[in-house]
Amino acid sequence: MELTGAEIAIRCLQEEGVEYIFGYPGGAVLHIYDALFQQDKVKHILVRHEQAAIHAADGYARSSEKVGVALVTSGPGITNAVTGIATAYMDSTPMVVISGQVPSYAIGEDAFQEVDAVGITRPCVKHNFLIKDVKDIAPTIKKAFYLAKSGRPGPVLVDIPKDISNHKTEFIYPGSVSIRSYNPVGKGDSAQIKRAVQLLLEAKRPMIYSGGGVVLSGASAQLTELVRVLGFPCTSTLMGLGAFPASDKQFVGMPGMHGTYEACMAMQYCDVLLAVGARFDDRVVGNVEHFAQVPRKIIHIDIDPSSIAKRVKVDVPVVGDLKLVLEQLLSELRSSKQMPDASDLAAWWKQVDEWRVKGGGLRYKNSTEIIKPQFVIEKLYEITGGDAFVTSDVGQHQMWAAQYYKFNKPRRWINSGGLGTMGFGLPAAMGVQLINPGATVACVTGEGSIQMNIQELSTCKQFHLPIKVVSLNNRYLGMVRQWQEFFHGNRYSESYMDALPDFVKLAEAYGHIGIRIDKPSDVEPALKEAFARKNDLVFMDFQTDPTENVFPMVPGGKGLSEVILSEDL
Amino acid sequence: MRHIISLLMENEAGALSRVAGLFSARGYNIESLAVAPTEDPTLSRMTIVTSGSDAVIEQINKQLNKLIDVAAVMDLSEGEHLERELMLVKVRAVGAAREELKRVTNIFHGRVIDESESTCTIELTDTCAKLDSFLHSIDRDMILETVRTGASGIGRGERVLKL
Ligand SMILES: Cc1ncc(C[n+]2csc(CCOP(=O)(O)OP(=O)(O)O)c2C)c(N)n1
Ligand SMILES: [Mg+2]
Repeated sequence: MELTGAEIAIRCLQEEGVEYIFGYPGGAVLHIYDALFQQDKVKHILVRHEQAAIHAADGYARSSEKVGVALVTSGPGITNAVTGIATAYMDSTPMVVISGQVPSYAIGEDAFQEVDAVGITRPCVKHNFLIKDVKDIAPTIKKAFYLAKSGRPGPVLVDIPKDISNHKTEFIYPGSVSIRSYNPVGKGDSAQIKRAVQLLLEAKRPMIYSGGGVVLSGASAQLTELVRVLGFPCTSTLMGLGAFPASDKQFVGMPGMHGTYEACMAMQYCDVLLAVGARFDDRVVGNVEHFAQVPRKIIHIDIDPSSIAKRVKVDVPVVGDLKLVLEQLLSELRSSKQMPDASDLAAWWKQVDEWRVKGGGLRYKNSTEIIKPQFVIEKLYEITGGDAFVTSDVGQHQMWAAQYYKFNKPRRWINSGGLGTMGFGLPAAMGVQLINPGATVACVTGEGSIQMNIQELSTCKQFHLPIKVVSLNNRYLGMVRQWQEFFHGNRYSESYMDALPDFVKLAEAYGHIGIRIDKPSDVEPALKEAFARKNDLVFMDFQTDPTENVFPMVPGGKGLSEVILSEDL
Repeated sequence: MRHIISLLMENEAGALSRVAGLFSARGYNIESLAVAPTEDPTLSRMTIVTSGSDAVIEQINKQLNKLIDVAAVMDLSEGEHLERELMLVKVRAVGAAREELKRVTNIFHGRVIDESESTCTIELTDTCAKLDSFLHSIDRDMILETVRTGASGIGRGERVLKL
């Protein structure tokens, strides 16, 4: 039987086992929405802004091992989606975005709601396609899913002109896919693995630096085993949090701009650094020349060769799927029947522990007068038993959440690390809640960020998503204010958030529960009350100290050992 | 250092802009870029002349390989290779000047492919450097147009870039 292109597109999603898609209709996707209407396997979540559709698909993918799927119309539909797509691209989220396009015969004529979707998204997708023939829809969607989830994952866009979604052809979903110009690697080169193990065994001051790749490849168990077998200190980037349990004593916290003192110092002064699925981002190593002043050997494992030796020189590159490579490393280590020198390692741990003491751990001066944001996160951690899915927006609150919520499992911490997209948290939480029904989902946000996608409170109402919004309301674009305080002579240019809405009333207007918390003594009761409400979205508006800053801090362009502690200022 | 990179990619709409976009987005130099389909019409062969430090060239190679449409990449400058560029130059030349032009053209193994009363068009195929020196050898003020294709490159002997 012949089906229309629109029906085929939906059948493809069914074949891929897609349960939810996030989207927003419009002229160019009317046929696709019509096909969606006439089936019930793929459920559609109607967001209130296309950016939110992409972030929701992103949260859905990050908190599960699935590919997130979004559907948007042409023109403003796809341009609204671009921020979300770029966010997913920077953090390597597997995602398929289907966009409508003006009819193929109108392309190039500046038709109503025409934009060059493939051109606009090209630099922020793993790959994209413009469909030219209805026969190409099924094979292209098959390819899109394969590309999105294999190798280094990423978003893939399929742009379908309106006329083509109404043309008919036989539906055949390809059983397999092969792309001659794309062959992602699996295992690592065994000679490189041997060299890596040799270096690890000879190390006197070793360090393991784990990143988001470990979460993406599902290699958390392998990483944890390796860290324990070797007994080395382990640090994790913002994107990798949870892949190694944060409450483990071998965990030294995050490195980099707002990392711990001990993680920064150990990264700087180690003699062998094993980087696993991390990319030596500028927020992690700061100034690369400064980093290079200390000689150390670097082993770098990544699925994407272009991530290796991009910012720092690497001695032993290993290209491969982290899960397989870590298994190879473990078995090579076992068959070597050797262990790193115990006394060297003990001396190194003594040094790391001294740094721990000098850094004083993550700390802040609590108050009985004013709510400290860190205190809220500590209580959030306690009350949720450390077991919630936590999404975040971007700013100081994001850093405090990353520092003070001890993530012990992968895929629990969901934030926009690479692009730093304010407005990510709430829609991402929607995707997380949908794929993890019954789970506790908290969105840690700020009064600035939440207003970038606040309209999604309406989506949450419609789909009964009992997200707990933990808003750390400091009345400032706090992270901007902090930089202005430190580096721009306290000139708070446009960082005060004037004319804030009454968030309690706003939450209520959307049909949710709102609580305003002014006193430190009310923090715990409010959180308890909110999290006890299993079926309601509760918006908690914590009035926090507007002057609080995030520490430690490695200022932009500085080296890791130039980290500033709170009392240094 | 100057590098000449050769690649095979899917002959699909948009493939060229992915490569060009990569160079501009990441701030890589692009001196010239030549592209056309191969004997297999589904594949295009591209030659890119670029320059940069070793680290930049390594990234360029990796980033090119990462493009889904790119099937194979070879840095020709890492081994023995040949490069040729085609140039057409239209020159205003009459009388003795035209005779001198033809003499220089002969030395460079070029050909006159069009002549009018006052102009003369020369075709020259050689390395980029040779084409440059030809342009330096004739009177610059006489040149009306210069059209160059950018270099095309190929490995010597058994050095083959094929799928
Ligand atoms: C879309 C977007 N615009 C601007 C920025 C720059 N920026 C980074 S943090 C920040 C302040 C965020 O304020 P808020 O959400 O209140 O969080 P706080 O830092 O106060 O905790 C801004 C404006 C950004 N990251 N994203
Ligand atoms: Mg704020």
